[in-house]
Amino acid sequence: MQAYLTLTRRELAAYLNSMTGYVVIAAAVFLTGLSFTVLLLKLQDTPTPAPLTELFFATPFFWLIILLAAPVITMRLFAQERFAGTFETLMTAPVSDLQVVLAKFTAAWLFYLLMWLPLLASSFILRRFTSLPAALDAGTLGGAFLGIALLGGVFVAGGLLASAVTRSQIIAAMLCLVGGVTLFLLSFLGDRVDAISTRLAQVCNHLNLFDHMNDFARGVVDTRPVVFLLSLTALFLFLTLRVLESRRWR
Amino acid sequence: MIQVSELTKRYAGHTAVAGISFHVQRGEIVGLLGPNGAGKSTTMRILTGFLPATHGKVRVAGFDVATESAEVRRRIGYMPENNPLYPEMRVREYLKFRARLKGLPRARANARVDVVLQQCSLTEVSRKTIGHLSKGYRQRVGLADALVHEPELIILDEPTIGLDPNQIRSVRQLIKDLSPKHTILISTHLLHEAELTCHRMIILREGKIIAAGTPDSLQQSVRQSLKVIAELAAPEAELKQCWEQLPEVALFDIVATDNGFHRCALTPHGGADLRPQVFALAKQRGWTLRELTRNRHSLEDIYVRLTRRHEEEEEEF
Repeated sequence: MQAYLTLTRRELAAYLNSMTGYVVIAAAVFLTGLSFTVLLLKLQDTPTPAPLTELFFATPFFWLIILLAAPVITMRLFAQERFAGTFETLMTAPVSDLQVVLAKFTAAWLFYLLMWLPLLASSFILRRFTSLPAALDAGTLGGAFLGIALLGGVFVAGGLLASAVTRSQIIAAMLCLVGGVTLFLLSFLGDRVDAISTRLAQVCNHLNLFDHMNDFARGVVDTRPVVFLLSLTALFLFLTLRVLESRRWR
Repeated sequence: MIQVSELTKRYAGHTAVAGISFHVQRGEIVGLLGPNGAGKSTTMRILTGFLPATHGKVRVAGFDVATESAEVRRRIGYMPENNPLYPEMRVREYLKFRARLKGLPRARANARVDVVLQQCSLTEVSRKTIGHLSKGYRQRVGLADALVHEPELIILDEPTIGLDPNQIRSVRQLIKDLSPKHTILISTHLLHEAELTCHRMIILREGKIIAAGTPDSLQQSVRQSLKVIAELAAPEAELKQCWEQLPEVALFDIVATDNGFHRCALTPHGGADLRPQVFALAKQRGWTLRELTRNRHSLEDIYVRLTRRHEEEEEEF
């Protein structure tokens, strides 16, 4: 437990003690701010009777941020340690592979959540300056943040896996980006393959991250997507652990 | 402390370590010596549990490296080759992190960090960022990390590589000071290094042990090749004639230096000490003698001979 907490703290400090962390947060703030502005200008033209959170997550903006942020946050986790050789000092300390994987995941995921905090601020600013309190309520906001946290788990764990398989941060980032975009695009496959095979369509519908997120953003928390996202996260973490262990039998 | 038997490590396509066996006693300083690629780092990585062995048994402090890795790692302080560190961390912060990672309670970690900062003369840079430190300081941070949890066994892979002579001297002194309390295994490709710090040396080449023993015992085994160096003010022809007539001289080499002096390197037959004879000769002929030494670099000679043999064989083909 001590090793896990010590490692998590160091990993988190690595984001916050370097420029990278602040650049990522600044970029996320800029993009969320820009998305909100665009969204509000659009709403001025065509009033829409839907909660703002739902509208935000239905735009490509949100997905653009999450798909870009995940690789940037996760690419250094293992690749950099392998490249610099610190992987050796780390793994020869009395820590288990599982502790290392979980600590790195926790730190990256916490940082990812930190990155989304400005979104909360934007929501409050909006509420302050609009006359409609119904535009934003605790339920939808809570649902939206639960969705962000769960989706983040999947993307951060996927990025961790990508970072574990290579020494190159660029390759890790590319793998994570391609994986993330693929997962995202599967959301749109369901409607199209219906004609070919209903079974395939069912599978695609389960993988439909886009719709899952929309549900969360409306404040609808269904256990199925929650379990699905959690198990996908666990699967990626398990695979990362296997990759780390592979140096023992390769 | 360390028991290695029949250790073999194969990577895809080549054998890095080929069935080596050795023991290291508690409190010893042992040097793993060999040219680059001899299998030193691989052996150390297996000892620390970072890599698994292909064959063979390795026990550290009574624990099996393969099956009781956590116990072994708790007892080892390891500084890998090139001393990798986190450049964005501060010295004290890094050592504190490593101490906590190695399981020391908070108060003990703080106390130990203070001790190793002192021990490695890092106190004045303890608040600096590691990335901004000179190579010598960084090396000492690596050493401090290896020491911080008071391990029974310290493994240092090329601890003095890339340092200037003063820094090398201070690192060497530090290692020597540790010796009664800790068992130390260091690797180096410099013979001089091992000769000065180690109680015992194990010379590796291509994954095999080709010689092992104390510096003295290794020296004994090659006593016959101990050269004598004499610098004399005498005509070259006369010197040449003298050495040819001395029956104990097997080989000689004369190089002219300044002010009419000649530097003669004399290789004796059968380990004889030529110094008294050279002195007597100089006295008898009235030559000025300004240097007379028995070559101390003979270990280097065997090292070079042992480790180069293969390359030469290859050249002959």
